[in-house]
Amino acid sequence: MTDFKEIWSYLSGEPLLWLTATLAAYAIGDAAYRASGNRPWVNPVLVAVLLLSATLALTATPYEAYFEGAQFVHFMLGPATVALAAPLFANLARVRRSALAMAAALLAGSATAIGSALAIARALGVDGASLLSLAPKSATAPVAMGISESLGGSPTLTAVMVIFTGITGAVIATPLLNALRIRDWRARGFATGTAAHGIGTARAFQVNETAGVFSGVAMGLNAILTAILAPLAVRLFF
Amino acid sequence: MILHVTAILGFQLLGEVLTRGLALPVPGPVMGMVLMLAFFVLRPTAAETMRPTAQGLLAHLSLLFVPAGVGVVGHARALGEDGPAIVAALVLSTALAIAVGALVFVAVARLTGDSDD
Repeated sequence: MTDFKEIWSYLSGEPLLWLTATLAAYAIGDAAYRASGNRPWVNPVLVAVLLLSATLALTATPYEAYFEGAQFVHFMLGPATVALAAPLFANLARVRRSALAMAAALLAGSATAIGSALAIARALGVDGASLLSLAPKSATAPVAMGISESLGGSPTLTAVMVIFTGITGAVIATPLLNALRIRDWRARGFATGTAAHGIGTARAFQVNETAGVFSGVAMGLNAILTAILAPLAVRLFF
Repeated sequence: MILHVTAILGFQLLGEVLTRGLALPVPGPVMGMVLMLAFFVLRPTAAETMRPTAQGLLAHLSLLFVPAGVGVVGHARALGEDGPAIVAALVLSTALAIAVGALVFVAVARLTGDSDD
C-alpha cells in the first residue's frame, strides 16, 4: 500500500485537489445558507473562503499552490461577466426607462463610496499608499487595481480591499435596504452593484433577477466612473 | 451549447483586444458584455437561444469569487498596522454608498414618475 505522504505529494502537485476543495467548500457554504433560512450573513462566499483559508493554513499550503487548482473557477469570472448581457437584454426596456434614476444613483453612490472611505480612513490615521489604495475599492478588481497603480497606491492592497468591500456589501445589503424600507428591486440592485461590484451583483442575483440585472449594469458603469472620480477625490484629499 | 460558449468566449476575447488596443479604463469582459448586448439588439433571436447557457453561467456567480476571496485572507497582513482603521473605513463607506445610492435612485425615480411594473 502506498503511504499517505506519497499520495499527498501527488495530490498537492495536481490542480484536481484544490479545484474539488473549492467546489466542495462552496457547496457547504450554499447548504449552510439554505439551512440558516437564507440569512445574509451566512454568505456562501464568506463560508467557503473561511473554510478554505483554514484548510490551507492547517495543511501549510501556499496560496500559489491552491490557485493552481482554483484558477479554473476564477477564469469563469470573465465569461460570466459577458453572459450578463443576456439578462440585461431581456430587461433592456426597463433599464432604459430608469436611465435618469440610474445616472443620479451612480454619481451619488460612487462619490460616497470613494469620498467616505478616504475621509473615514484619514480620520482614523491612515495615510500614504494605504490611503491611496483605498480610493477605487468599490470598482471591480481589475479596474480598481489599474486605478490604484496610476494613483501611486498598491494594486495588491487594493485587490484585498476590493474583495473585502464586495463581501461586506453582499452581507449587509439586504438588512440595510430592509431597514431603509426600500422595496424597489431596481434601486436595491443598482446601489449594491455600485458599492460592491461583482460580489454584490452575485448576491443580488441570488435574491432577485431584476436586482441582479440592475446591479450588473451599475458594476459596469461604476468601473468607468471610478476611473474618473478616484483621481479627482485623491487630489481633494492630498 | 458549444456554439454558445464559443460566442461568449469570443466576445470576451474581442473585448480584451479592444480595451487593451485602445487603452480603455474598462475590463475586457465588461466590454465583451457591451459587445454581446449590441449583438443581441441586432439579432434578438440569438438572445433567446443563448439565454439558458448564460443563466447556467450566472446561477452560481458567487462561487467564482471564492478563489479571489481566499487570496484576500492570505494577504490580509498586507494591510499592516492600519488594518482595523481600513476595515472600519471599508465597512462604513460600503454601507453609506449602498444607502445613498438606493435612496437617490428611489427619489429620482419618484420625481420623474418612473415606477417599475
